[in-house]
Amino acid sequence: MTGILHGLAMLRGLWAVAAALLVGAGLIVAAGADPIEAYLALFEGAFVDYWGLASTLTKACPLILCGLAVALPLRAGLFNIGAEGQLYMGALAGTLVALLVPGLPGPVHILLCVLAGAAGGALWALIPALLRAYQNVNELITTLLLNFVALHFTGFIVSGPLEEPGAPYPYSPEIPVSTMLPVLLPRTDAHIGLVVAVVLAIVIFLAFRRSTAGRSLAIIGQNVQAARYAGIPVRRTMIVAFLVAGAMAGMAGIFEVLGFRFRLFHAFSPGYGYDGIVVAFLAGLSPLLTVVSGLFLAGLRSGAGALQRAVGVETTVVEAIQGLVILFVAVGLAVQIRNATRSKAMPPAAEPAADEPRP
Amino acid sequence: MIDLLTNPSALVEFLSTCLRLSVPLVFAALGGVLCERSGVFNIALEGMILAGAFGAAVGAFLSGGPAGGLAVGILCGMAIGAVLAVLGISLRANQIVVGIALNLFVLSITAYLARIVFGGQANTMRLNGFEHTPVPLLSDLPIIGKPLFGQDPLVVVMLVTVGAVWFLLFRTRFGLAVRAVGEAPGAVDTAGLSVTGLRYACVLGSGALAAMGGCYLVLSQIYLFSEDMSAGKGFIALAAVILGRWHPVGAFLACLLFGLFDALQLRLQFTNPDVPHEFFTMLPYLVTLVALVGLVGRPTPPRAIGRPYRREGD
Repeated sequence: MTGILHGLAMLRGLWAVAAALLVGAGLIVAAGADPIEAYLALFEGAFVDYWGLASTLTKACPLILCGLAVALPLRAGLFNIGAEGQLYMGALAGTLVALLVPGLPGPVHILLCVLAGAAGGALWALIPALLRAYQNVNELITTLLLNFVALHFTGFIVSGPLEEPGAPYPYSPEIPVSTMLPVLLPRTDAHIGLVVAVVLAIVIFLAFRRSTAGRSLAIIGQNVQAARYAGIPVRRTMIVAFLVAGAMAGMAGIFEVLGFRFRLFHAFSPGYGYDGIVVAFLAGLSPLLTVVSGLFLAGLRSGAGALQRAVGVETTVVEAIQGLVILFVAVGLAVQIRNATRSKAMPPAAEPAADEPRP
Repeated sequence: MIDLLTNPSALVEFLSTCLRLSVPLVFAALGGVLCERSGVFNIALEGMILAGAFGAAVGAFLSGGPAGGLAVGILCGMAIGAVLAVLGISLRANQIVVGIALNLFVLSITAYLARIVFGGQANTMRLNGFEHTPVPLLSDLPIIGKPLFGQDPLVVVMLVTVGAVWFLLFRTRFGLAVRAVGEAPGAVDTAGLSVTGLRYACVLGSGALAAMGGCYLVLSQIYLFSEDMSAGKGFIALAAVILGRWHPVGAFLACLLFGLFDALQLRLQFTNPDVPHEFFTMLPYLVTLVALVGLVGRPTPPRAIGRPYRREGD
């Protein structure tokens, strides 16, 4: 049964991608270039070329993790638009551990950093979760606003207390060599964070299917009243979903520091947290498909340079294509909801949970 | 800070800054009030502001004046509203999902198109915007005269729009129907009015209003278009809609509050050069959050918000 649902989600995703690429071709033509040549260059630059593939894998790690951070609470009808902020707070917490805890053997130190990163993201996500569960404050707006707070807060930390002396741009000192992540492909940036992201996607997939918590989440997403009747602790499940989501995004942040940048830079994320929304919707909220859609969006980003070199179209065209993808996914959802009265893969709306009474 | 109380000209300057920073928020929040009162979630305010800003820049660039900019900007905002309306009202897609999609879409497409339209001069050009045109007599009022009436025409337009939206919603038959459609669309349908028509009108209107906020950014403040120049203003406006309890005047006051704190943090940046400025940039967002959480009593949104209308048996 789930196999069929996955198939459907995949088809819808493919349809949206195809439509987006088609309109994108129009944009490329408008800029006076050959779209087929452009797309071939994009594909080669993203998946065939050794360095390009490495760059795709590097970018896929945060994209998959942020996709999971969006998909998980949305199963319960909760919108986590705050992956970007959780990513920054995770990166900050993990970097602090990397810089300030001395004298540990490398693997232990790395593990500690990653745990700190997950904790940082989870704690940042706990704020909107508690506000939502106990004060019924709309999580959409709180997570959004907290993104800006987290961005400026990490900016403040690396341009003040944690600034590298004499740095031309706000960033922290370099992390110890022993805390840098091992690489997947020799002589590239592709680090093992991607493996962790894929494993986590599988774990969450299994948790959705097998565990009580995963089932409860889906039931809350379908009908809060029914969930409460069934004795599901609605508030606790919602909070746990947000904590796990925050931990995912936090890990995305710390992996980016430990595996790729080796310093905490001000405003280092090119919007991975927001791209996570695209990843999650493109995957139809399926954790396994998150890996596929994460790799696809990463490929778009890393092949953009090759596309520009080949046909001279601005790299921002891939961002436009990405924007088109999510728009067409939304259109696809609309058509699907209209045809079938009820979507199983996607909760109908966020508002059922809003009936939660105040204490 | 003390000089604000002792020096009237510093106070006038400070209030003017407050108001300038509030204008885009106020336009967007008014759009939000109109849209949500009719029962449609509008997360796309951010994208509408940005689309308005982009349109304003293109219009002013091509026509050489602010009037053309304003017209094209408003059209761009309404285009985003039209997409939201078709998907969220007619096709009954989840309005939050559509809104998020639109925000991401506008962000990326304007970045791409701006490079094509403006080319290399994107960051150096200076578009022809609105001039400061003080309103006679009113701008001579003590203290509030210059901030309210001594700036450019869009500030006055904003003040008028606050009143106009209030009048429209609470003093006209159309407004009564809009408020009814946000609470009980079934009853409106029974009364023979078009639920879809009313909601379309409000969503398009909200696109036009939010876009005017974007026009103000380009035509009165920055005089060029830059990527992501809306920078979260749509989301603050969204919070202002809730804080203002879905009332135009309430939302206006909430926006002024944020403008006040934004002006305050700019001043604090200026007077504390050794503290990294990011520390103060956080302030308006934090205040917004605290205000949302600390809101006395429970805000009650329009009852039918976010629920696409489906006639029984349809």
